[in-house]
Amino acid sequence: MSGQRIVVALVLAAAALAAPWFAYPVFLMTALCFALFACAFNLLLGYAGLMSFGHAMFFGTAGYFYGHVVKEWAMPPELGLLAGVGGAAALGVVTGALAIRRQGIYFAMITLAFAQMIFFLCVQAPFTHGEDGLQGIPRRALLGGLIPTKDDRVLYYVVLAIFLFGYFAIYRFIHSPFGQILKAIRDNEQRAVSLGYEADRYKLLAFVLSAALAGLAGSTKAMVLQFATLTDVSAAMSGEVVLMALVGGLGTIVGPVVGAFVIITMQNYLASAGEFVLVIQGAIFVVIVIAFRKGLVGELTEWWRRRSAPRPAAGDD
Amino acid sequence: MAQVALGLVNGAFYAMLSLGLAVIFGMLNVINFTHGAQFMMGAFAAWLMLGILGVPFWASLVLAPIIVGLIGVVLEKLLLKRIYHLDHLYGFLLTFGMALIIEGMFQWKWGSSGAPYPAPITGGTDLGFMIMPSYRLFVVVAALAICLATWYGIERTKLGAYLRAATENPTLVRAFGINVPRLITLTYGLGVGLAALAGVLAAPIMQVSPLMGTNLVLVVFAVVVIGGMGSIMGSIVTGFGLGLVEGLTKVYYPPAANTVIFVVMAIVLLVKPAGLFGQAK
Repeated sequence: MSGQRIVVALVLAAAALAAPWFAYPVFLMTALCFALFACAFNLLLGYAGLMSFGHAMFFGTAGYFYGHVVKEWAMPPELGLLAGVGGAAALGVVTGALAIRRQGIYFAMITLAFAQMIFFLCVQAPFTHGEDGLQGIPRRALLGGLIPTKDDRVLYYVVLAIFLFGYFAIYRFIHSPFGQILKAIRDNEQRAVSLGYEADRYKLLAFVLSAALAGLAGSTKAMVLQFATLTDVSAAMSGEVVLMALVGGLGTIVGPVVGAFVIITMQNYLASAGEFVLVIQGAIFVVIVIAFRKGLVGELTEWWRRRSAPRPAAGDD
Repeated sequence: MAQVALGLVNGAFYAMLSLGLAVIFGMLNVINFTHGAQFMMGAFAAWLMLGILGVPFWASLVLAPIIVGLIGVVLEKLLLKRIYHLDHLYGFLLTFGMALIIEGMFQWKWGSSGAPYPAPITGGTDLGFMIMPSYRLFVVVAALAICLATWYGIERTKLGAYLRAATENPTLVRAFGINVPRLITLTYGLGVGLAALAGVLAAPIMQVSPLMGTNLVLVVFAVVVIGGMGSIMGSIVTGFGLGLVEGLTKVYYPPAANTVIFVVMAIVLLVKPAGLFGQAK
């Protein structure tokens, strides 16, 4: 079994390293940013049981923070990323502390409402340049000039490293004692509280971590595409990240990555279909909720397990 | 003062929409994300009937909610009823998907710019302190009447009593020989019809466009969080009240008019997390 895993890991690593020679690097980088964004969202839903319907507020504002620091203040991109992550985390502390006061469906509505408020603020605030967005953010070399980022392929490896950093950070959270307590709270909050865990503190911490990682994804995307716009803060974007996680499989650690690649690829091919993309996305939502709630990765794992499980002996039924 | 009275117009829509959401949530345990799309469908139904068949506004006021309500009934029978046994989140996601499909199709067919709908009542009414456009005054009065009628229907009639009982304990009500699944379908149709009715009322005020409901429904979610969904009267009072707050903000600090309802939501979460009319659960 573990031998099989090593082979899979090696194949994936080779594919990730060779990818920019076979596919358009900017497409790959965008997909990686969304994959990290979806993983951050899934950390909150899959392991803390909290569905945020407003994650675009962290993703989008982080892009603005990055753009402002790098373009208007002419600072190095590392500081831009730091500003994006820090800004998103700070926003996460404020909105998270309020949102975790309610549970279940109310939590989703509250995060959605806060995201809409942030959207309105971004429409009005001068530093976002409103409808035009923050454009022409310069790509500067990283690490004081060591890594030239003008070349898309070089930047791809940077983005891959950022993605892997985020992905393994999430992996570590989930498999740490902190992650175990989070799961305990998700499954039975009263019991966790009665064991002496302060559920709200754990939930808030998970919320802030998720916000910070969504911020990392958003500011990386601004670094790659060199702009930050209102689209990334909109409710539609919040819905899109939910869709990515849902398509891949909620609560699975690889699912959101798969979902993000599927959705971004689909958007890429259907770009000419205009409004019809919305219809298709809506249809995917409906089909998955009605028929495939485990998502691609979840359903495949299930199928694999059933296939490799020993068959019941003849005459058993 | 004028702005405050106009705030009541927005309040009328908040009240009608949050009322519909509360009625549906009480019975189906689903937050109906499609509500904004159904509001838009009501406005579109009126606009299309006027343009193609020449149906006047007053007839649309009755016909459009029935048509959209029936579409709602079909959606409930086909899709929604499959997910009642699941977590609330799936209902939210399913209705969100439905909203995307509906809005996407309308955008595809009619574009997103929107069309005007002629006001059925013109002129103004002198209220003493201001002259209010008569149609807007009509909207406020009509919405108030509709909300109170819904409240009466649910709290004071026999059918309403069945509804409330089925919300509390569906199994027991079924044991009494009442067809609960049909009651659920009916409730969804009613809630959707309310949204469509609000849409028809809104058609002469807003532009009739595929996205007219999207932003509104997000504000209505905040209204629902502020009011709590436990009480019918609570939804009505909160809706109108927040319309007033928004109107006042427009007078004293216009840039915050868009966001004031969300700020109120944050304050309510701090002070009384269960919502103004909600019970802690």
